[in-house]
Amino acid sequence: MADFDQELDASGLNCPLPILRAKKTLASMESGQVLHIIATDPGSVKDFDAFAKQTGNELLESREEGGKFHFLIKKA
Amino acid sequence: MEEKKLAIIATKGSLDWAYPPFILASTAAALGYNTQIFFTFYGLQLLKKKLSLEVTPLGNPGMPMPLGMDKWFPVLGMALPGMQRMMTAMMKQTMKKKGVASIEELRELCIEADVKLIACQMTVDLFDMEASEFIDGVEYAGAAAFFEFAGESDICLYI
Repeated sequence: MADFDQELDASGLNCPLPILRAKKTLASMESGQVLHIIATDPGSVKDFDAFAKQTGNELLESREEGGKFHFLIKKA
Repeated sequence: MEEKKLAIIATKGSLDWAYPPFILASTAAALGYNTQIFFTFYGLQLLKKKLSLEVTPLGNPGMPMPLGMDKWFPVLGMALPGMQRMMTAMMKQTMKKKGVASIEELRELCIEADVKLIACQMTVDLFDMEASEFIDGVEYAGAAAFFEFAGESDICLYI
């Protein structure tokens, strides 16, 4: 796992909460900083990809590990 | 990148149908859409300070019923007193267990994200509703005002 500046555990939360919480956390971060998000909602894989494409924040990493989904998003 | 716009008309006042407008509006706002929801007829229930939304199995063959209840009590059983309240309680319990946000929470997230909530003045008057029953920040307008925004929207949904 690469370095990150902040972590958001969205485990147990369902659509659209992981995206909304991520958006809120990113808003409090500086440009260039990286947010690590942990989610259990399988729909979040496609959703974070779409979120990154539409908001311009870069999705650095998206992977599954031990039944959880991990995302690294770099704030634009 | 030019700002995108989403216009939604919310016409339904049941617990299940309260979800699509608030989920889509809050998500769109997170994606940078300028978003408005126009609440009309039963959709006005979604703007009440104290929400008392229920879900009904009546006339809803697509609703999954626990314990095969629909087999034991077809149609007429669904009309029994207390059935709607029980189904609502069960639905809320399941949603909580599955990590689905409450309508109150999603509505609050919409407000935080500057989603504009507009109540249809005509139906507010029709149902003798008072502005004091609604949450703060609601605007009141008519069809022409909706088109002013919707006419320039990228996505327009009728729910």
